[in-house]
Amino acid sequence: MGTKLYSTSDEWILIETDQVSIGITKYAADQLGDIVFIDLPSVGQTIEKDGAFGAVESVKAAADLYAPIAGEVISVNQALLDAPELLNEDPENTFIVTLKIDQLDIDGLMDETTYLNSKN
Amino acid sequence: MKTTSLHAHHIALNAKMVDFGGFDMPLFYSSITHEHQQVRHAVGIFDVSHMGELMITGNDALLFSNYVLTNTITENTHKVTYALLCDHDGMIIDDLLVYVMDATHVLFVVNASNTQKDYEWILRQKNNFDVNINDVSEAYSQIAIQGPNAEQICTSLFTLDTPLKFMEYTTFTKDDHPLIISRTGYTGEDGYEIYGSHQDIIDLWNQALTLGITPCGLGARDTLRFEATLPLYGHELSDQINPIEAGLSFAVKHDPFIGSQAIQHFKAQPTKKLVGIKMMDKGIPREGYTLYDQDVKVGYVTTGYLLPTQSSGLALAFVNLTSASLGTSLTVEIRGKHLACQVVKKSFMKKNYKKGV
Repeated sequence: MGTKLYSTSDEWILIETDQVSIGITKYAADQLGDIVFIDLPSVGQTIEKDGAFGAVESVKAAADLYAPIAGEVISVNQALLDAPELLNEDPENTFIVTLKIDQLDIDGLMDETTYLNSKN
Repeated sequence: MKTTSLHAHHIALNAKMVDFGGFDMPLFYSSITHEHQQVRHAVGIFDVSHMGELMITGNDALLFSNYVLTNTITENTHKVTYALLCDHDGMIIDDLLVYVMDATHVLFVVNASNTQKDYEWILRQKNNFDVNINDVSEAYSQIAIQGPNAEQICTSLFTLDTPLKFMEYTTFTKDDHPLIISRTGYTGEDGYEIYGSHQDIIDLWNQALTLGITPCGLGARDTLRFEATLPLYGHELSDQINPIEAGLSFAVKHDPFIGSQAIQHFKAQPTKKLVGIKMMDKGIPREGYTLYDQDVKVGYVTTGYLLPTQSSGLALAFVNLTSASLGTSLTVEIRGKHLACQVVKKSFMKKNYKKGV
């Protein structure tokens, strides 16, 4: 069980030593509605903190994914290519990418309570 | 923000609400996908009370309507006519449905966000015509019942004296109150649009829901009209677009009207065209995205979706005539990447209108 933190742009990260998974929050998934498409980065790609690394698209809208933390993509959730609706069904437990990080820069990220309060 | 008479019903149904044309309207109740499918395969009900209604009254009501509108308006009191309101340069101010109540009363049903603009424009064209122009939007509520089972539902709700075909209307009474019903819609399916007093429309809405009809929001209304390749003002239509390039020549008559000269010129020398676009690569071509032909910018997407009923991303787009032939390979720029797409027929589904009785 790692530590889970939240970004203002509605992504979550799960920190497990030097690996960090990124997903979108339930709030984001509910706001988007039916998710029908996901644009994923490639394994090996380096992503910057707060940089756009992909997108999730619902019927209605496209939303860029922003990296809450910098790192190198070591895996992407291929299942989402065929079943993007998994992000609606269980967003808080469905990772989109996993990064290998050099340093743990959690500047600007929130714990769950703070995040949820920010949405009220 | 403005609300419709059914606003409290949307809130009670837990709809996700959105600002549309200054109205707080339901985007969806369950999900856009579900509501889209229900209209394609069963029947759905939409609150479209935000639509504007302008009443033209007076001895010159027909003459004046023909002067300001692109399509021919006759005294036929059972026919609904689709028409455009254009400026002197032939650019589209709005698209609308026209109901001729009698020789001295003509009802224009216009887009919510354009109601005030249309009213002011029409009023300025009055000159010596013997007409009065009134914005009667506040007096009407409107619902649309759409889908293959629409006729069955409507038979349970009320009795019509005459059966209606596509683009016909009649009036009926409910508790001695008059209502207008037309076999029209914005989904590509069979269905009806009903106009009446706020209370009568609320009553019909409630009765329809007890019959198991699916309430549908503006999200599905947009995906459905898009799949039926029906234009939407602010997207396929605007005051920078003329009826010819929008593919609406069928709604443009030969007789003179405001903008007819300019439109004749566009007909002779068109430059761009509204086309269908189908993605060859995976991706969703969204509104505003740029289209390229061999790296030359040739057009832009006006509406695009990955529809629940389709396997590829689809779009409506304006494309320069030189790149608009069916089958032309283009690319669309999505998040910095050029993805392959193709010009296809502007028809993504077979329309299911009730042409015969």
